Amino acid sequence: MELLTNLAHGFAVAVTPMNILLCLIGALVGTLIGVLPGIGPIATIAMLLPITYKLDPTGALIMLAGIYYGAQYGGSTTAILVNLPGESSSVVTAIDGHQMAKKGRAGTALAIAAIGSFIAGTFGTILVAALGKPLTSVAQAFGPADYFSLMVLGLVCAIVLASGSVLKAIAMIFLGLLLSTIGTDLETGEQRMTFGLLPLADGIEFVTLAMGMFGFAEILRNLENTESRDLVQQKVTNLMPTKADMKEAAPAIARGTVLGSILGILPGGGAVLAAFGAYTLEKKIAKNPQEFGKGAIRGVAGPESANNAAAQTSFIPLLTLGIPPNAVMAVMVGAMTIHGIVPGPQIMTKQPDLFWGLIASMWIGNLMLVIINLPLVGLWVRLLRVPYRMLFPAILLFCAIGVYSINNQPFDVVLTAFFGLTGYMLIKLGFEPAPMLVAFVLGKIMEEKLRQAMLLSRGDPWTFLDFSKHPISTVLIVVSVVLLILAVTPALRKKRDEVFVED
Amino acid sequence: MSFTRRILMAGSALLMGIAGAAAQAYPNKPITMIVPFAAGGPTDVIARIVGEHMSRTLGQTVVIENVAGAGGTTGITRASRAAPDGYTIMMGHMGTHGAAPGLYPNLAYKPQTDFTPIGLAAGTPIVIVTRKDLPVKDLKEFIDYAKKNEKTINQAHAGSGSVSHITCVLLNEMLKINPTPIPYQGTGPALNDLVSGKVDYMCDQIVSVQGQVAGGGVRGLAIATTARSPSLPNVPTTMEAGLSLFQVSAWNAVFAPKDIPAEAATKLRDALVKAVTDPATKAKLEGLGGVVPDAAGASPEALARLVRTENDRWVPLLQSRVKQ
Repeated sequence: MELLTNLAHGFAVAVTPMNILLCLIGALVGTLIGVLPGIGPIATIAMLLPITYKLDPTGALIMLAGIYYGAQYGGSTTAILVNLPGESSSVVTAIDGHQMAKKGRAGTALAIAAIGSFIAGTFGTILVAALGKPLTSVAQAFGPADYFSLMVLGLVCAIVLASGSVLKAIAMIFLGLLLSTIGTDLETGEQRMTFGLLPLADGIEFVTLAMGMFGFAEILRNLENTESRDLVQQKVTNLMPTKADMKEAAPAIARGTVLGSILGILPGGGAVLAAFGAYTLEKKIAKNPQEFGKGAIRGVAGPESANNAAAQTSFIPLLTLGIPPNAVMAVMVGAMTIHGIVPGPQIMTKQPDLFWGLIASMWIGNLMLVIINLPLVGLWVRLLRVPYRMLFPAILLFCAIGVYSINNQPFDVVLTAFFGLTGYMLIKLGFEPAPMLVAFVLGKIMEEKLRQAMLLSRGDPWTFLDFSKHPISTVLIVVSVVLLILAVTPALRKKRDEVFVED
Repeated sequence: MSFTRRILMAGSALLMGIAGAAAQAYPNKPITMIVPFAAGGPTDVIARIVGEHMSRTLGQTVVIENVAGAGGTTGITRASRAAPDGYTIMMGHMGTHGAAPGLYPNLAYKPQTDFTPIGLAAGTPIVIVTRKDLPVKDLKEFIDYAKKNEKTINQAHAGSGSVSHITCVLLNEMLKINPTPIPYQGTGPALNDLVSGKVDYMCDQIVSVQGQVAGGGVRGLAIATTARSPSLPNVPTTMEAGLSLFQVSAWNAVFAPKDIPAEAATKLRDALVKAVTDPATKAKLEGLGGVVPDAAGASPEALARLVRTENDRWVPLLQSRVKQ
């Protein structure tokens, strides 16, 4: 009952006209930057920080949080329409979402993404409110060894389920891991594979790689092959999902929501693992997995629900511990400190207005987003009718601005162009970028956690299988090994061809 | 009036117009302050608070531009190469201007000679924190414990070259202890593992750890200042705890590129002093656990001295302990 009183208090805070307005502004701005490729929530929140100085802290955070989860809604739009994942979590959305667009079902894909996100967002918010504290201890149970093993499981999934040539998929995974090691060595401060270039000192940005490998490469491919791009433009059928679509997507939304909520609590790659895991899960339990990669609605509904659920539950470590689990949350912590709120475990008790007001506003914001986004579907789909010769320079321009805005570094734009050419060549040679991007994201965390676990165990490689000390790690490794063994059995080898097909 | 003459007159009027614009008092357009760390971090927050007040005095917006990378040296390198017109300034830092020459052999700037020091903004003192269940009550017991358990004790830090890394290098050197350093990708994850008890201790800025200390997530053993912090009144100073030589603060100071016009330097200095002595701004900075200088402490001369003494302290230590 205490929960209900608290939530009532939260809604009382969140529904003041001012806070409603701020929530709406946040959600709108979030949608906009999500749609614009490359311009991410971190740069936007940093840019908008100055205008929050005059606001009260609760209102300021309501707006900034709106930008964050609003971007999750908007992010799927470009992924579906132009195969351009702006956020690491929408890489998998692009796979089937863009195929749906090519079949003239862009509207359906966008609508199902919005509906799935709303359901997931609602569930995630309730989870934050009801079980924030106990879930924090779950996240705290994960040590470096456990994280490493979780990343191993992620990579094994990528190997097992990659399409086309296994050898090529494994090669791409290793390329992704290799690229993730560029930059300053965490422990020694030594520069690795930077060719003495200062802009590479902190490694390659995910957005730089993704924009190049997906966005720029896709544009090159479209310019070469006019047929496939006209497909997207000419065949726009129904905008809204039919009853059959909803029935098909509903279980995927439910599964994605649960998986995303759990993985979102874990700091680091939570949202990416969530989207990726949800796609893998949907594909594995599907009756006709050969549809995946060719425009399966579950391939959109599952990961989109998962990443939005994860976006909500990733507030748990911030709100209950005051520790930011990712870069966006770190900027939110900065916003709190500018307003004189010291992030820490006391936020819940010392700032009940902020804590419960923010949670209530997250649900209100999600509701606003689904109301904003559903009518917009028609508009976005019409955008596809813009002649490609006008659309692609605009996409390139926004990509360039977005990539530049991450570090204010011109070098990053050049690097994106380089990855664009590389991506184009790789596609031509039958190498798929998706497993590489997943490996790139997981690789960074994996290396950090591997080294921490090895240092903590004083160099004992068996630490990952030490059940008495790291039970979570042990279980994850065992599951990974079982999956690998299953992979060599013929039944599953056939299935492998069906995830991560992009063409 | 001949045509030529008319042209000449128009031309001279135009020139006078340009001269007039140039003579127009500094600043006549927004000023960019480069912050060499990501948005949301302690240096960024301090830069935003101070920059906001400086904007009011200068009559022009001070725009914060975050250029993160390589321990802050990417942003400072870029700022040091900006036009010396007073429209690009930077928030330098203990790392970028004090310790960097000891960490980066190919550093593209010289902290003592390549800048116009404007003044100190605020320092955030270092706090020594341990996991809450480490069996020690105070710094003295911790030192004994660390010496006895040298083989098993783990010290977290936020990555090579970070404040939490180099300040603990100094601490360990002073205590003559050899823990196993565990690197993390930033303060957040390091603090997370300290709260959950996976590592034993770390050194970090008060602004990053005070919430956890106050909330009981970690234990604060000592703060590296001469006076206790109002933000953490229960944490003794290193003086009280018997380690008086460990006086460390992650200071943040405004610098401009070398040779900016004297007028711009004076105006920037005045605006900075006004910002840090303003009661509201001061209270905000102190709320973060910051130590705010008085007018004399915020002077360019004091800052130039600070850079020299910090270079003397960090560079030899880091060259011997970090880069073998």
